[in-house]
Amino acid sequence: MFRFVLRRLVVAAVTLAVISLVTFGLFFAVPSSPAKVMCGKNCTTEDIAQVEQRLGIDQPLPRQYADFVKGVFVGRTYGSGDFRQDCPAPCLGYSFRNNQPVTEIITQRLPVTLSIVFGGAVLWLALGISLGMVSALRRGTVFDRAAIGITLAGASMQVYFFGLVLLYLLVYATGLLPFPSYTPLTENPARWAVGLLLPWMTLGFLNSALYARLSRAQMLETLSEDFVRTARAKGLSTRQVHTRHALRAAITPIVTIAGLDIGTSLGGTFITETIFGLQGLGKATVEAVQFLNLPVVMATVLLAAVFIVVANIVVDVLYAVIDPRVRLN
Amino acid sequence: MVKLPASRSGEGPYLRVKDLRVRFDTEDGVVRAVDGVSFSVERGRTLGIVGESGSGKSVTSLAILGLHNAKRATISGEISVGGRQLVGLPEEEVRRLRGRDMAMIFQDPLSALHPYYTVGRQIAEAYRVHHPRAGRREARGRAVEMLGRVGIPQPGKRFDQYPHEFSGGMRQRAMIAMALVNDPDLLIADEPTTALDVTVQAQILDLLEDLQQEFQSAIILITHDLGVVSQVADDVLVMYGGRAVEHGSVEQVLRRPQHPYTWGLLSSVPSLHGDADADLVPIKGNPPSLINLPSGCAFHPRCRYADRNGDRSRTDVPELRQVVERGHLVACHLPEAARQRIYRDEIAQVGVAR
Repeated sequence: MFRFVLRRLVVAAVTLAVISLVTFGLFFAVPSSPAKVMCGKNCTTEDIAQVEQRLGIDQPLPRQYADFVKGVFVGRTYGSGDFRQDCPAPCLGYSFRNNQPVTEIITQRLPVTLSIVFGGAVLWLALGISLGMVSALRRGTVFDRAAIGITLAGASMQVYFFGLVLLYLLVYATGLLPFPSYTPLTENPARWAVGLLLPWMTLGFLNSALYARLSRAQMLETLSEDFVRTARAKGLSTRQVHTRHALRAAITPIVTIAGLDIGTSLGGTFITETIFGLQGLGKATVEAVQFLNLPVVMATVLLAAVFIVVANIVVDVLYAVIDPRVRLN
Repeated sequence: MVKLPASRSGEGPYLRVKDLRVRFDTEDGVVRAVDGVSFSVERGRTLGIVGESGSGKSVTSLAILGLHNAKRATISGEISVGGRQLVGLPEEEVRRLRGRDMAMIFQDPLSALHPYYTVGRQIAEAYRVHHPRAGRREARGRAVEMLGRVGIPQPGKRFDQYPHEFSGGMRQRAMIAMALVNDPDLLIADEPTTALDVTVQAQILDLLEDLQQEFQSAIILITHDLGVVSQVADDVLVMYGGRAVEHGSVEQVLRRPQHPYTWGLLSSVPSLHGDADADLVPIKGNPPSLINLPSGCAFHPRCRYADRNGDRSRTDVPELRQVVERGHLVACHLPEAARQRIYRDEIAQVGVAR
């Protein structure tokens, strides 16, 4: 098990190195100089050169990459003399826009996205899996058809449509909920939950559709397995057969998909954040791209990659915990 | 039930199936998977049920255990296990008998065991369902004991291993241990050796015989392998298209078969002692569709002798009737003398029939 995890970690490190290299290529690939953008319209060539020096982009590209990596692990210093700026590790650079340290932007924005995604995931997993399982066990009944019909509607809707409908119904029309806002969990848990309820419901309903269908299909397949028949032949009650034998086997592929789904979502839920006016990571990324704010783009892209890679490892480990056949390999 | 002292032999068979019919209503039509089958098995005896795929063998056994989906299968007739009538009994009561009074061994032990639980845990679970007061330790002890009893070396260590860590033969032994953990009086083995190597097959059959001696259980052995039947069964039931076509002792059915379908089964199996150059005679055609069974004798489209009775084989369903020899039943329109003559002259030299 230990070697299994270690091997995955090595692969993950290599993956992240490659992604950081590719992302760094953006600095090289962008057509206009970030210094020109930052400096404004009435800049002389000297001004631009000065800005470039301060940003560290006057150096050759490999040197820049080395500096970036060094910054992440041990910190670095930008510019010299009056413009000297010490950036302690983990240094991801400074925003081109307002010179705010990128790490600060991330620490502000990440909790918002984390809250949206984890809250939503709890909702969509609970709703989707239970709906799917019950439909599978009551296959062909009114419940089954209704559940599958509703989830089909969910699967075919988009966040920006369904989110706005919810927003209208629950906030503007009835005033049942306040307009979504982010309050740190540590500050006031109740307000944190109430403020995020709407995005949770939106993501929860829309994503639960996929999970309901997936778990229904998985459960139906498992119910026709020989070992389920064996469990019944032993004299176990229907309930024991379903929970102890069928559910256990049906849940495995769902764990995989859920893990990867959550990992991907953590990279940013731009549309949700935009609709509900929440300052999350997704919004930060899109804004940064619009302003060619490369240090922020670089950091958010890398962070999203880290989430996906970590989610993959977590899924692999969970898989090995669930399925004993995986442990040997 | 009070047992009369003198009635040890008159106690009657442990399992008695009478006019069993199992029907599935599907979109394509009504599948009559089992159509009026009767048989009985006494304690300590083995009944072999043979037939091609789709002849109703497995459906019969699943009906006895009550494992058919009540919504899809319609079961009628009588199934009496140890004096209890099972057809129409509430599911909860059948469930209590399942695994305790009657148990089943399945064809493919790899898919029949749960891949995520240890073998021992699965056996202990079977014990604890019917012994709710047994603790974890007692169930473990019992499971280890059974694993040892079915010939698994180091049963204490094997208890904690998963099915994929067992070999095919060991897995089937574990399956048998699980079926026998509650000492059932009726054991149904559905093609227990089909997925195994020939050498392992023999070991498993020997094991079943030993265990039967010890536990005095009634066994139903479902197979398409006549070699297996001749080795372990006391009685044989030959099924075709959901009906019984021949029924009798092993000696009667395999040595003096009177049904053309049984002849076909025997002629299509090579004999170890026979002439290596002699051709095997397969049964031509395919098993019939259970939705649209041929009229009259279901076997008539594949029977070489169907025309010898005028139209009877095409119009009348032959009844299962006793031949001259007591206990030997055959459902065929041919006169008995003709059947004996055909067997002697044409069949007896081919395949395992020799």
